[in-house]
Amino acid sequence: MKFVTCPSLGKRALSEFTYGGRYEQEPAQETVSEKEWADYVFYHNGAPKVQIEWWYHRPTGIWFLFERDTLTDRINKVDFARKGMTHEA
Amino acid sequence: MPLRLLKYAWKKPEDEPRFFPSEKPLKEAYDVVIIGGGGHGMACAYYLAKEHGITNVAVLEQGYIGGGNTGRNTTIVRSNYLTAEGVKFYDESLSLFEDLSDDFDLNIFYSTRGHFTLAHTDSAMRTMRWRAEVNKHYGIDSEVVDVETIQKEVPYMDMTCNGQHPVMGALYHAPGSVARHDAVAWGYARGAQMRGVEIHQKTKVMDIKTKGGKVVGVETDRGFVEAKKVISAVAGSTPRITEMLDIKTPIEIFPLQACVTEPVKPFMDTIVVSGSLHVYVSQSSRGELVMGASVDPAELHSTRSTLDFVEGLTDQMMDLFPFTSRMKIMRQWAGMADITPDFAPIMGKTDIEGFYLDAGWGTWGFKATPVSGKTMAYTVANDRPHELIKPFALSRYEDFKLVGEKGAASVGH
Repeated sequence: MKFVTCPSLGKRALSEFTYGGRYEQEPAQETVSEKEWADYVFYHNGAPKVQIEWWYHRPTGIWFLFERDTLTDRINKVDFARKGMTHEA
Repeated sequence: MPLRLLKYAWKKPEDEPRFFPSEKPLKEAYDVVIIGGGGHGMACAYYLAKEHGITNVAVLEQGYIGGGNTGRNTTIVRSNYLTAEGVKFYDESLSLFEDLSDDFDLNIFYSTRGHFTLAHTDSAMRTMRWRAEVNKHYGIDSEVVDVETIQKEVPYMDMTCNGQHPVMGALYHAPGSVARHDAVAWGYARGAQMRGVEIHQKTKVMDIKTKGGKVVGVETDRGFVEAKKVISAVAGSTPRITEMLDIKTPIEIFPLQACVTEPVKPFMDTIVVSGSLHVYVSQSSRGELVMGASVDPAELHSTRSTLDFVEGLTDQMMDLFPFTSRMKIMRQWAGMADITPDFAPIMGKTDIEGFYLDAGWGTWGFKATPVSGKTMAYTVANDRPHELIKPFALSRYEDFKLVGEKGAASVGH
């Protein structure tokens, strides 16, 4: 089983978390064009990389941000979603 | 029976020619380069040569023939999808599959089993009725059946699922089949090679070169090869190829795992799928239970397997077939599924002239092998998309014309 160390919670099984997709800056709703919106929703470079992702801890209902490598599945950093990234995993 | 088998009986072993002749060095230029030597790439090469007379073709494969998702799926072929686009497309594929053994003069072990998609809830039953009606409208043999019918066909199944999720009915698709996946790739590969196509294994494409928005060739780890047309048929490696051309797609890679048990006596001649339990199972001609579940929870470019998967799957399997608790798992593996947001493929031309995409095959790629090869070959030869694949263009997302294929396997809806 895979474990991840989170602030406050300590070492938790990854199976307690639900993946919430990539973290991306949403374009401004007022000024966004249809093309920009389609790009934001659908089109991206899906090649292996280190990316920031939403992860939901079901038992406590807390959203976290993980910095994870999609090639090796290694989680580099973890923090509360509302704080940004500071802690090492 | 293929004639080949009869001929073989009268031959000495040394008279039998090699299945694939030994490889030649790469030429300097080809008319068409196909990246990816799996079922789809080989089928495309085969139909290019057979139906369009284009034989100056090279198939470049970084590993070995059919070593990717072609050899990693659970070999199920069916056409009871939910959208008009999906149903028409997969039905064409199914009818092509039925003739492949004769077409190749090679036994692909195509075995029609009948395919049950179980429903455990009222809402699942409603979806099954909907699917059955869409299917019937397009002339596909598909119907909703009751619990007694299922129990008669699959007597060893616990219809109450250990009392937890009683089966209420199922969508039954009589033409649902299994086929030997390796043989499909080998058959297409040999057929293509006999018509002049070159297959180069252990040849990795490092870059695709363009000039003025047109493809001019590919850089491989064995040197540069000129080509006017390049097709990418690499499933889980698609984002690595599209990155070379800076093409953005909605494809995300999720591992899809599967496993087989030790072989046992034949007891199940149908294919059983449960969307709610995330299980699909069939018994192979060797007697093994071939089982799959849903895709892994997060994006990952890897073919690693996990214990979590086997634990989850066997838990559900034992609800359906309690006696499997005594069986051993023999092997498990994973493939990289290239999932799209609307569970339909991305096929056809791109913004780069001469670059064609056959991707987004997610969990529904094997059953589409023949028809994808045929329609891609048409698209490449005529430089315009085949009628059947028009709805699957890459631009459909920015046009907000998604396909919404909810009949796809192994993905939650």
